[in-house]
Amino acid sequence: MSVLVDRDTRLLVQGLGGAGKFHVDRSIAYGTQVVAATHPTRAGEVETFEGDVDTSGVPGREGRYRVDVPIFATVREAVAATRANASVVFVPPPFAADAIMEAADAGVPLIVVITEGIPIQDMVRVKRYLEGRPSRLVGPNCPGVITPHECRIGIMPGYIHEAGRIGVVSRSGTLTYEAVKQLTDVGLGQTTAIGIGGDPVNGTSFVEALAMFEADPATEGVIMIGEIGGSAEEEAAAWIASSMTKPVAAFIAGTTAPPGKRMGHAGAIISGGMGTASEKIAALREAGAIVAETPSDMGDAVLEAMRAAGRL
Amino acid sequence: MKIHEYQAKDLLRERGISVPVGRVATDPDEAVRAVRPLIEASGIPVVVVKAQIHAGGRGKGRFLEHPDLGGVTVVTDGVEGGVEAAEAAVRSLAERMLGSTLVTLQTGPEGKQVGRLYVEAGIAIERELYLSIVLDRALGRNVVMASTEGGTEIEEVAEHTPEKIFRAIIDPAVGLLPFQAHALAWQLGLRGDAAKAGRRFLAAVADAAIALDTDMLEINPLVVTKGGDVMALDAKVSFDKNALFRQGALAPLRDLSEEDPAEVEAATYDLSFIKLDGTIGCLVNGAGLAMATMDTIKQEGGEPANFLDVGGGATTENVTAAFKIIMKDPSVRGIFVNIFGGIMKCDTIANGVVQAVKDVGLQVPLVVRLEGTNVEVGRSIIEGSGLAGLESASSMRDGARKIVELTA
Repeated sequence: MSVLVDRDTRLLVQGLGGAGKFHVDRSIAYGTQVVAATHPTRAGEVETFEGDVDTSGVPGREGRYRVDVPIFATVREAVAATRANASVVFVPPPFAADAIMEAADAGVPLIVVITEGIPIQDMVRVKRYLEGRPSRLVGPNCPGVITPHECRIGIMPGYIHEAGRIGVVSRSGTLTYEAVKQLTDVGLGQTTAIGIGGDPVNGTSFVEALAMFEADPATEGVIMIGEIGGSAEEEAAAWIASSMTKPVAAFIAGTTAPPGKRMGHAGAIISGGMGTASEKIAALREAGAIVAETPSDMGDAVLEAMRAAGRL
Repeated sequence: MKIHEYQAKDLLRERGISVPVGRVATDPDEAVRAVRPLIEASGIPVVVVKAQIHAGGRGKGRFLEHPDLGGVTVVTDGVEGGVEAAEAAVRSLAERMLGSTLVTLQTGPEGKQVGRLYVEAGIAIERELYLSIVLDRALGRNVVMASTEGGTEIEEVAEHTPEKIFRAIIDPAVGLLPFQAHALAWQLGLRGDAAKAGRRFLAAVADAAIALDTDMLEINPLVVTKGGDVMALDAKVSFDKNALFRQGALAPLRDLSEEDPAEVEAATYDLSFIKLDGTIGCLVNGAGLAMATMDTIKQEGGEPANFLDVGGGATTENVTAAFKIIMKDPSVRGIFVNIFGGIMKCDTIANGVVQAVKDVGLQVPLVVRLEGTNVEVGRSIIEGSGLAGLESASSMRDGARKIVELTA
């Protein structure tokens, strides 16, 4: 079991630029079913991906792969022709909001947005547009979603993942990889890893991701990785205290970040004294989460949380 | 991107939002020439001289060279002495302010040099209010925040008298609605002509914030004049960097002299760089990992010299530039390259680092930790480079520990 994506996920690609092509190729090598792409000027063509199978991905595959991905003019046509049930967006920032809304209009249940640099007002509009529609948005400005050995959507290195017991949710891409690798190294593995993205306005929140993991029978514990800025971690802490029965470990980046400076991510800023790492760490500890002191301690924090819950 | 007060007021004025008349000056003569037309236009023999720097707190700030002088000074000499007296006072002020260093709560102790003044007509103030348009991140909506406590920091009002803050959430599908503007004006205690002016003002400011992709738009104080007008006495505006591609008219408003030169240079290579006070340079991919690298260095007893996220789309040239920017900082005694490749490939980083060291040499210890996409290729590039003074690390903590030891 897992959340959001699995073997049956049929992926549509929006945005076949350099980064899009490279990472879609990695997803196909991993064993993800990539069934369609859209492109404004290349409708009717086929994009061929071939190479050596990534043996860390879906099991039982070896040798080489060759996949012809048909390109469509619109998401609606692509979905009608291929029954795609998830989309990954690599479209450049000026056009990304439109791409997300097109996918939502076509009823794509899961839209994962990798693009970094989408204007905030565009995301405000996107969030409004998604209200009342059944699509779930993950991101933007995120590494994507992966269920180890089943489906990889996004840009994360596949080989560090191992199917297992822990759900991972994070605002940071590279810190997700740190956590995943440590979970693999300590033998706990992951059910699904979700990057929710570093932007101030995003689709899926910590609380929603935690709720999915709480409901997933295979997930036995969760690690959430937050950072300075906003109050999403405090909201998560409140939800953990009120509704979470599974053990939670956490790490918050930015203890040494100066106030008033945007630390790389558009959303990572301490403003007016709000959104500091220490407030978030205190809220999570108060809620019973085990908070790692450094990112190198994330695996150990999960072990400690699992032990305390009697799950090890 | 931040802009100056006078630029913000120009933008508001262009959109029909009421602001005092004023003129910008870069030398004392220009400042003096502004006085007569301003007094004639307003009919009030008072002008205000305001230092233009990007930091806030100017009114309470003081000049290093003139400890008795604040960054915002009201000139009342014209009330008794006429225009000539006002002009003489403005000349004396301008001579002392221009080229001097203004220290405010937001500039840090080193202060900022003042290169421009804004000379503004005096206003007969009835009441001071507060207004801002900000993003509510939890809602994913823009929110109008208004308060009867003008002239005070909003964080302070929120802490002590939160009941004096009024909010209206803007639905992006329809914008700020008339009933919301009406309710805010009413709550602010605006009545009669002032209520009418207030409603118009609120609607126009909400539209401006969204149309201009502002990150923050704050008017503090917003004033009600004795004549019943509603006017922006100050304006603090910054813009969403990600939206500048569609805000071409804003580009000329950028004042590079207000920004850190290393940060400006880094931005031209699409690097996210922030200068800090420590001695260990950091080159990292990903904002979260870059912050966590700083945190870990501190935990191991070191002090980071910078935050640097090379981003996901960096080329070998960008990485080389990043490395050179770090090396340029004389306080850097060692460098920690910490990469967990995802969209960024380890070989790109390795090539960039090797190229930079070939270009500028390596005067300080270097610790490199590579993991993730194309890690084997990256490691073999580093190992095959034959660079002296380079150490590999097996994890982030291992790397942080090594660089702290090497620079101790």
